[in-house]
Amino acid sequence: MKRYSAFAIAREALRHHSGWERAWASPEPKRKYDVIIVGAGGHGLATAYYLGKNFGITNVAVLEKGWLGGGNTGRNTTIIRSNYLQDASAAIYEKSRSLYEDLSQDLNYNVMFSPRGVMMLAQTHHEVRGYQRTAHANALQGVATEYIGPERVKELCPIICIDGPRYPVLGALWQPRGGTARHDAVAWGYARACSAMGMDIIQKCEVTGVRSEGGKVRGVETSKGPIECDKLGVVVAGHSGVLAEMAGFRLPIESVALQALVSEPIKPCMDVVVMANTVHGYMSQSDKGEMVIGGGADGYNNYTQRGSFHHIEETVRALIETFPMISRLKMLRQWGGIVDMTGDRSPILSKTPLEGCFINCGWGTGGFKAIPGSGWGMAQLMATGASPLTAEFSLDRFKEGRFIDESVAAGVAH
Amino acid sequence: MSLRLRDGGRLIDRSARMAFQFDGRSLTGFAGDTLASALLANDKMLVGRSFKYHRPRGVVASGAEEPNALVNLAQGGTFEPNQRATTTELFDGLTATSQNHWPSLEHDIGAVNSSLARFLPAGFYYKTFIHPRPFWKHIYEPFIRQSAGLGKAPKDRDADRYEHFYYFCDLVVIGGGVAGLQAARVAGEAGAKVLLLEQSAHWGGRAPVDGGEIDGRPAEAWVTDTLAVLEAMPNVTLRSRCMGAGVYDHGYLLAYERLTDHAPQADGPRHRLWRIRTQQIITATGAIERPLSFAGNDIPGVMLASAVRDYVVNYGVAPGQRTVVVTNNDDGYRTAICLKQAGLDVPRILDARETGGGALMEEARALGIRIDCGRAVGKVQGGKRVKSVQVCAQKGSGSALEEVACDAVAMSGGWSPVVHLWSHCGGKLVWDDVQAHFRPDADRPPLGRSGQGFVAVAGAANGALTGAVADADAMARGVVQAIGLKPGKGIAPAETQPEELPIEPVWLMPAQAKTELKAKAWLDYQNDVKVSDVQLAAREGFESVEHTKRYTTLGMATDQGKLSNINGLAILSDALGQPIPQTGTTTFRPPYTPISMGAIAGEARGDIFQPVRETPMYGWNDSNGADWEPVGHWRRPYAYVRSGETVHDAVMREVTNTRENVGLLDASTLGKLIVKGPDAGKFLDMLYTNMMSTLKPGRCRYGLMCTENGFLTDDGVVARIDEDTFLCHTTTGGADRIHAHMEEWLQTEWWDWQVYVANVTEQYAQIGVVGPKARAVLETLGGMDLSAEALPFMAWADGKIGAFDARAYRVSFSGELSYEIAVPASRGQAFWDALLEAGKAHGIMPYGTEALHIMRAEKGFIMIGDETDGTVIPQDLGLNWAISKKKDDYLGKRAQERVHMTDPDRWKLVGLETVDGSVLPDGAYAVAEGTNANGQRNMQGRVTSTYHSPTLGKGIAMGLVKHGPDRMGEVLEFPGTDGTVFKAKIVDPVFYDKDGDKQNV
Ligand SMILES: Cc1cc2nc3c(=O)[nH]c(=O)nc-3n(C[C@H](O)[C@H](O)[C@H](O)COP(=O)(O)OP(=O)(O)OC[C@H]3O[C@@H](n4cnc5c(N)ncnc54)[C@H](O)[C@@H]3O)c2cc1C
Repeated sequence: MKRYSAFAIAREALRHHSGWERAWASPEPKRKYDVIIVGAGGHGLATAYYLGKNFGITNVAVLEKGWLGGGNTGRNTTIIRSNYLQDASAAIYEKSRSLYEDLSQDLNYNVMFSPRGVMMLAQTHHEVRGYQRTAHANALQGVATEYIGPERVKELCPIICIDGPRYPVLGALWQPRGGTARHDAVAWGYARACSAMGMDIIQKCEVTGVRSEGGKVRGVETSKGPIECDKLGVVVAGHSGVLAEMAGFRLPIESVALQALVSEPIKPCMDVVVMANTVHGYMSQSDKGEMVIGGGADGYNNYTQRGSFHHIEETVRALIETFPMISRLKMLRQWGGIVDMTGDRSPILSKTPLEGCFINCGWGTGGFKAIPGSGWGMAQLMATGASPLTAEFSLDRFKEGRFIDESVAAGVAH
Repeated sequence: MSLRLRDGGRLIDRSARMAFQFDGRSLTGFAGDTLASALLANDKMLVGRSFKYHRPRGVVASGAEEPNALVNLAQGGTFEPNQRATTTELFDGLTATSQNHWPSLEHDIGAVNSSLARFLPAGFYYKTFIHPRPFWKHIYEPFIRQSAGLGKAPKDRDADRYEHFYYFCDLVVIGGGVAGLQAARVAGEAGAKVLLLEQSAHWGGRAPVDGGEIDGRPAEAWVTDTLAVLEAMPNVTLRSRCMGAGVYDHGYLLAYERLTDHAPQADGPRHRLWRIRTQQIITATGAIERPLSFAGNDIPGVMLASAVRDYVVNYGVAPGQRTVVVTNNDDGYRTAICLKQAGLDVPRILDARETGGGALMEEARALGIRIDCGRAVGKVQGGKRVKSVQVCAQKGSGSALEEVACDAVAMSGGWSPVVHLWSHCGGKLVWDDVQAHFRPDADRPPLGRSGQGFVAVAGAANGALTGAVADADAMARGVVQAIGLKPGKGIAPAETQPEELPIEPVWLMPAQAKTELKAKAWLDYQNDVKVSDVQLAAREGFESVEHTKRYTTLGMATDQGKLSNINGLAILSDALGQPIPQTGTTTFRPPYTPISMGAIAGEARGDIFQPVRETPMYGWNDSNGADWEPVGHWRRPYAYVRSGETVHDAVMREVTNTRENVGLLDASTLGKLIVKGPDAGKFLDMLYTNMMSTLKPGRCRYGLMCTENGFLTDDGVVARIDEDTFLCHTTTGGADRIHAHMEEWLQTEWWDWQVYVANVTEQYAQIGVVGPKARAVLETLGGMDLSAEALPFMAWADGKIGAFDARAYRVSFSGELSYEIAVPASRGQAFWDALLEAGKAHGIMPYGTEALHIMRAEKGFIMIGDETDGTVIPQDLGLNWAISKKKDDYLGKRAQERVHMTDPDRWKLVGLETVDGSVLPDGAYAVAEGTNANGQRNMQGRVTSTYHSPTLGKGIAMGLVKHGPDRMGEVLEFPGTDGTVFKAKIVDPVFYDKDGDKQNV
């Protein structure tokens, strides 16, 4: 892999950029791999990357039915935070956030991690107590957060209206090293690094069946023919139920559309990420200048990657209330992704009833931030059979009633 | 230079002058101008700067597709960034400033990026700014952000109003060009309820400019006639300045009407958002001309050929005095002819086709215009204006054959149908090889509920670049039938237009353009994406069209690629060596062009952002010191603050007074659900952990409700009214949720049980009369017998209190003698007044939610949302007494038997008292020794609610602690967030009146 740097750009500029090589190869599948990962979203690619980097397992294929990073990894609002309440969540999200800190250097790809700070507004007494509780928990979990008052909120984000007539801002949970990153770059950076380790990323290759023998996984059927493997990692987000069915088990997952929208780009006016959960909306400003906006998930299950207008309306209303100045901006584009929701809204990283087959799903509305940590833990789980990061997120928890419920801390979980 | 012609301009009124300002300069235009035409009339060729390289930008188009001419409009509360000058109607007093430059439009420092362009190819930022790590956040990113963004951020609160409008019809026709008019006419004559929308202020679309005849009359005359016919139809509604914005599932359509943008002084809302349900939609949205990709095609003065003739014909404005026309199709000749007829110079027509065009070419030649076939623009010379054009062979690599001086270039690369609205909801496209564009595939429309298509396309939008009226006529007849009506007998109007020869696709000009030229051939003008960028993306493996778009930012600007997308994906296809349809398009997403956030939110803002639910005593509370707390859509008094008091003082006073004398609580927000029917008892036995079916009429029972996962979700007092009827009280926040929960079970699981549920929360005013003197106060009013014998604890009775029909419940959430009295909502305030009057002698005072909370905590009563958080089961809270052992089942029972739920290590409810009497911080955790496998500090409990108790004169708290009830007296450590560590002893959670003597009097 040719390294990227300012110097490399200068060199290429002189020859009209004719010497850049492919960011990732475009191979045909081999007959057999040690590990096959289904789904070249962020979580699938990160899993492959850490299998190689941490465990030296590089005879790996990542199979993607469309184009890599084209699922929710390329559709989300890129909020990164780890101020979760429950221990298991705080552990994996903070691991992830800390990996983001060095990810550009690690991958030699600028993923533009921007620890600009994430603020979750408290607008009811109930929320105040909830966030104070989270701040206490975070302190013991090693997550740097702070409960701040309304004046500090205004100082950090001058465009917020803190004394609106309906839900004045009472305070906020502030995570100064939360932030955003460039979603496509995360997928591309991992893909490039995987390819450089000799892994095969095979796009336009849809998995259509799972082969097993004596309760053990043997390989997959794909639109490019059968491929064998010793271990299989299923990392397909909204389509997890479909893949699980192929592998012969069922998942407690529902798929719903989650929408987002952006405004036209304007000059910088907001340096932090703000989430307002009482009114249900959140906003940040991209490096291009667009206000990036999201809210709650649609109320019905579907696979369309579209959503209803009603959610857009509710979200925009909520945010005009919070940031009155956006009323005179225009919505440039709205879109949706299909998110995979579990009963307790926490992910599943687990062995499955099929030996050798592992699953990583259920990230729902908030898994972008978890990509590095989830890949790290999942790789450990697949390579060694156990990981402290993933232990609590096993499938058994639904049978045991061992839920990891974060709804206490935040109505919306992005 | 561009200027106003002496005459012409079908849309302007030369007698009405309009003064306006651009970048502080005072200019004038005419009524009917757009800001763009008025700027051109004043020789403003340079109107903005591009996004990445800060290149000079001029007007390139004449409508919604404009990527360049974006301005900051107005000031203060009506300021708006990124307003397209081409769709901004001029009004007197308009002020606009150009965007994205510093210090000025003419001299922009950011333009160094342009000379560095070579070092800033597509995606350069992914490859650099990597080291050293802190630099991204602190140096690189702030720098990049500063140069990004286009318009300025608004500062003030929006001074305008917006509204929503709901509409239902058989058919919406989007687009008021000739195709749309004909479609509406066919459907209108068949009796359909039709809504016809046109985004601009004018009807007829392109036809009046482009010429041709319909039914033997000039297009403009036909438009006028047809409009008159439509206006006379009662079943047809026409709206101009109203854009079809988005098509959603099930025939849901958004339209965006700009009511006062063109007349800001006018009263009324600025924008109106139409929310439409319709059976069928016809999009007659026309087509958009494509630029040609030659070097220097972004220099101000290079414009779409169709836009050039729009400015001449519609506004009497000449974008240039000497205009070179370059085309790959016959339509481009119309512009040359139009310019010539307006007395302007057309030094050359460069037709990329070796053999040139048909009848229009002949017409141009007859006017004396020189036409060079097989020729192309090699390069446009100029900086902030076009100076000349280097002519080359289209087949070659760009060697200049000659240089032609000119001040404008009109380019025509062919036409792309506007397929956005067709595509929003899943309509598919086909590639039309003959016309070189994507058009809707009629066989794969967006499907409605019935599995049938609900969107059809008519006219140019359908690829009928000629014969649009006939196409629309046929299409509308089909749609009329789909609606279930019979189309009339009329025959389609005949159209006469000159015969045209086919287009020859030209994606790069010249075909073998040298590398330097490709690096100057713009695809996306606003985002600065060039041919070389797309080729670079392809070379680096960004082969999917979505990858290329994201890597280069092609089509991601405010025009969403209306001009650039097709050209870009043609270049990508070429680079990948595959046909264009195999590359495909990116996804079309709503809205068609950007719509204001204000319009999306509508009327709901400020005080009416969400409905405020008011109790009957709301007004009284408000004028008597209520410190409001939002609880769902309600507002409840947190405390009634008297002058000179802090909120805390007020709370303390209220608790003490209630414990010593008597307090009044506005409890009207408590949920009240009537559950009625022969199976009501059986139903409630399933919903509550308690046995409700055995409750006797006249009695009350405190009940717990769990989710199917076993977690405690609500609690409240259930009163049995009669054999068939129960009244279930829920928490304030729980009323709607529990009502829905009940309905869900009744409708999906127990649909054969005879039960119905009615939410009567707002039918009653409910008032808590609480404290040792409560009975005395009520007896002062007289009426029903409220003695301990007649109305014992946990009983209820109907009767009269004073002059009021009332239902009295003997329940207590404070541990005091207490009555909750419900009266009809309309009598609430009067009853409240009567109680205050009667209580005067007894020291009566109202109290708010915080006093309520403290009193319940003193008694060790749990509060949903404090002691529960969605992870707590009743067993954790020592509420086993409220779980019936006799029942086979209730919601949550099975879940509560799972291993984790019966784990003896679960944290259990206890009381907590700090060693020094201080108040524990809210949400603090009790730490245990060591750390877990992930390095987190081990924990063994947490605070669930914590208060200063004025009754006990110290801090009290409740919490959940591992093995808590077995560890009474043990001291735990609770670290605060500021380094202090609080020590608290585990105690019984009932702090006050353990035996309940006070409430049982
Ligand atoms: C609108 C929106 C906003 C969001 N905002 C945030 C946010 O701000 N912060 C945050 O942390 N998270 C956010 N999320 C959530 C986040 O995007 C996801 O949790 C995360 O991207 C999931 O990554 P993934 O790799 O699991 O899934 P994906 O990126 O969806 O990848 C799954 C891949 O599997 C492929 N696949 C599926 N079936 C097959 C098959 N049979 N064969 C081969 N390949 C297959 C798919 O094509 C896809 O590429 C948001 C999500 C949405 C939709």
